[in-house]
Amino acid sequence: MTERSSVQGRAARALFATSAAWLAVAALPAQAAAADELTLYTTREPALIQPLISAFSAQSNIKVNTVFVKDGLLERVKAEGARSPADVLMTVDIGNLMDLVDGGVTQPVKSAALESAIPANLRGADGQWFSLSLRARVLYADKSLPLTSFRYEDLANPKYKGKVCIRAGQHPYNTALVASLIAHDGEAKAEQWLRGVKANLARKATGGDRDVARDILGGICDVGLANSYYVGQMKSAKEGTDARKWGDAIKVVRPTFANAKSGGTHVNISGAAVAKNAPQRANAVKLLEFLVSEPAQSLYAQTNYEYPVRKGVALDPIIGQTIGELKVDPLPLTEIAKYRKQASALVDKVGFDQ
Amino acid sequence: MLTARRQPPGLRAAGPAWRCASFLIAIGVLAPVLTLAWLAFGSGVSHWGPLFAHVLPQAALNTALLLTGVGALVLVIGTGCAWLVTAHDFPGRGVLHWALLLPLAMPTYIVAFAYLDLLHPIGPVQGAIRWVLGFDSPRQFRLPDLRSMPGAIFVLGFVLYPYVYMTARAMFMTQPAHLMEAARMLGESRRGAFFRVALPLARPALAVGLSLALLETLNDIGASEFLGVNTLTVAVYTTWITRSDLAGAAQIACAMLFVVVALVWLERNGRQHQRFGSAQRMRAVQPRRLHGGAAWAATVTAATPVLIGFVAPALYLVWESAKRLQQGGGVSRGLIASLGNTLALASGVTVVAVAAGLVVAWASRSQGSSLNRARWQARVATLGYAVPGTVLAIGLLTPALAFDAALATALGWQGLPLMGAGVVLVVACAIRFLAMPVGGIEAGLARIPPAIEQASRLLGETTAGTLRRVHLPLLRPAMAAAALLVFVDAMKELPATLLLRPANFDTLATWLYAEAARGTYEEGAIAALAIVLAGLLPVVLLARNQLGTPSLTPGPDKT
Repeated sequence: MTERSSVQGRAARALFATSAAWLAVAALPAQAAAADELTLYTTREPALIQPLISAFSAQSNIKVNTVFVKDGLLERVKAEGARSPADVLMTVDIGNLMDLVDGGVTQPVKSAALESAIPANLRGADGQWFSLSLRARVLYADKSLPLTSFRYEDLANPKYKGKVCIRAGQHPYNTALVASLIAHDGEAKAEQWLRGVKANLARKATGGDRDVARDILGGICDVGLANSYYVGQMKSAKEGTDARKWGDAIKVVRPTFANAKSGGTHVNISGAAVAKNAPQRANAVKLLEFLVSEPAQSLYAQTNYEYPVRKGVALDPIIGQTIGELKVDPLPLTEIAKYRKQASALVDKVGFDQ
Repeated sequence: MLTARRQPPGLRAAGPAWRCASFLIAIGVLAPVLTLAWLAFGSGVSHWGPLFAHVLPQAALNTALLLTGVGALVLVIGTGCAWLVTAHDFPGRGVLHWALLLPLAMPTYIVAFAYLDLLHPIGPVQGAIRWVLGFDSPRQFRLPDLRSMPGAIFVLGFVLYPYVYMTARAMFMTQPAHLMEAARMLGESRRGAFFRVALPLARPALAVGLSLALLETLNDIGASEFLGVNTLTVAVYTTWITRSDLAGAAQIACAMLFVVVALVWLERNGRQHQRFGSAQRMRAVQPRRLHGGAAWAATVTAATPVLIGFVAPALYLVWESAKRLQQGGGVSRGLIASLGNTLALASGVTVVAVAAGLVVAWASRSQGSSLNRARWQARVATLGYAVPGTVLAIGLLTPALAFDAALATALGWQGLPLMGAGVVLVVACAIRFLAMPVGGIEAGLARIPPAIEQASRLLGETTAGTLRRVHLPLLRPAMAAAALLVFVDAMKELPATLLLRPANFDTLATWLYAEAARGTYEEGAIAALAIVLAGLLPVVLLARNQLGTPSLTPGPDKT
């Protein structure tokens, strides 16, 4: 008994001593941000933007401090208020970006470099937000399927009964697509579509986008919707890895909307805004301008397999071969953001994720 | 420091300083909950129409099914294994009695992911089955999908049963053997004596373990979302994130909290007038040696939960990490830094939570049995565990940052010093896990007879001196156990860390989450393995602390 407690006692004392030391260090007042720094709050995974950030720091000598926040970016910046260290806010999904604008934590930016690089429909008219890259919601299909074209509406076709895989309907990538369907076909048709797809599901609507490819390889399903950049990630993975096997099991089709004459594909964005109380506003604008410059846009394409927002930047060869040049559905992004909550309610109404 | 006024020796309750500190801690825990309530009342209830029509009934049903399933599974596994290793001796018992705690080191989201991979149609298990049955492709034969309610119950049950096992085992070990013997002499079978004496006597312990497991289940977002089970917690997230309706999410969260508090209160109330302990420690139950088939059956039974809840997923992580290292990916410096951050965070949270737990438990106990005005503080202090991590963090944001800004203004500093130094994060995690030290230390204090304190005070020692020289040494096992539990849980903590951490601060859990969110799970395997390995030591210490049976399994440390 005593032996045991003495061991615990030592362990506990050691633990307490290290912790106390740590607390003493942590309690030192935070250093004020220096002029050659900036703070980036991002909901994008750090590894995806790290090459871009490194390139920016190398070029500008500005150190970038990052916080990767998943849910609650808006709440955090709001609560931090005037003392917030955040300079740039970066998100994926137009809805999340619009939430920041509507939440009043962004500020307008006027920059010729940004305006000339980003098409007008991919940025806020008032400079409150900017798209930095595009991703298409495309069809992954079993390689053996004789498919060359596909309409989003086809996914509800009973001929795919028990053959469809997709991630949760409540995921922003899917609610944005449903919002587009509402804009194109009306709410009733969108609801019908959701019910049809739900009836076709081979498994629960869950997991991630890559699981669509994995489950196609696993024989669970034949088709599914997922984002375009995963195709690049999987098909370029090392020979012999799981990811490569999944990627090699699928082919990709760029779907279109039945009612849109344009024949465009649904896209979503990754984007950014300058924080309302940015302590380093000038640096923040510099970062945004860098991110839409040729070399950075090329990095988006080559290392992240995304579609650049800037015209004339080459695609990654794998994306170019398997998916090809993107024809974007001309529906304004703000329309998609507008119908997002309605789309989310529809997903609930049909019990898509149940 | 407070200027400690020496009280004259006597049998008075703890001084106002203790009660004041305890009160402040309770307010600190209440702050995020009150903020949530305020957020919830900040909007109308018009949107509850569609929620009630399409979301809540199904989500509530799913939650109830999940809780029932997980509850039944953890009770059966936890209590069954605890009784098996307490009352029986069989091959492997010496290892199994502590190995049964190992799944505590496993975050549920990691286990969910591991099993999804292991049991996937293109994974090793189904591949082997197909090979045996002579099928070539998963299109010809595959098992039912793990992504389902039974799958979620399976995963969560086998990971969370140690909460019940730990409390049940500790209880069975201290149950006096003479009660069981009396039951046997009065004609009960062994089985009858277990169900009619040992089990009812263990009810408070089972309730504590079960409630911890169920609260983990209720607030789990990673595993249930991953396995496609839409619980109320998932509904809170959807309402908040996808529909940008924080008020609506806060309303659902508050309603859930209300139900949890009501259930916990009902359970406590249900056994309020029952007494479970016998004051004097008698001879403990002696294990009965099993022979032949029965012995091996016992070994297999007790080993199965360890294999499913720990060994299989751990081996999977080792395998994936090895594959990753072989493919040329090394251990990056970021990962090493994350390990350091994780240990620092977990230590900080442990110190704060255990110190706060001691204050609350001491203050609420010193009020005396009849005048227990500070008891509510001890109950309030456990609220943090009843709220999902992110929701708690959201609730804490506003009050904590307001305090931070006021402090910075007063001191003339720039920015948000407490947030920037990670203090807010430590406080948030401490609030979240405060239930463990408060409960553990309260239980420890209850075992110390008042006569000891009276003797100390009569001999001229002060209240503080009595605490330091009498109670703290006696409380050491309880405090160590609470500290280890908090440490393990803080190491695995994800949602509050994600939201409240300072810039450039990654823990193993956030690192792993970022990899998983990017869809590159393979690279997360090393981080996951590091979480498990770092969590192992505290779990083993905990096992020795809680479950050591010196008479039967002498510890290896002969100092």
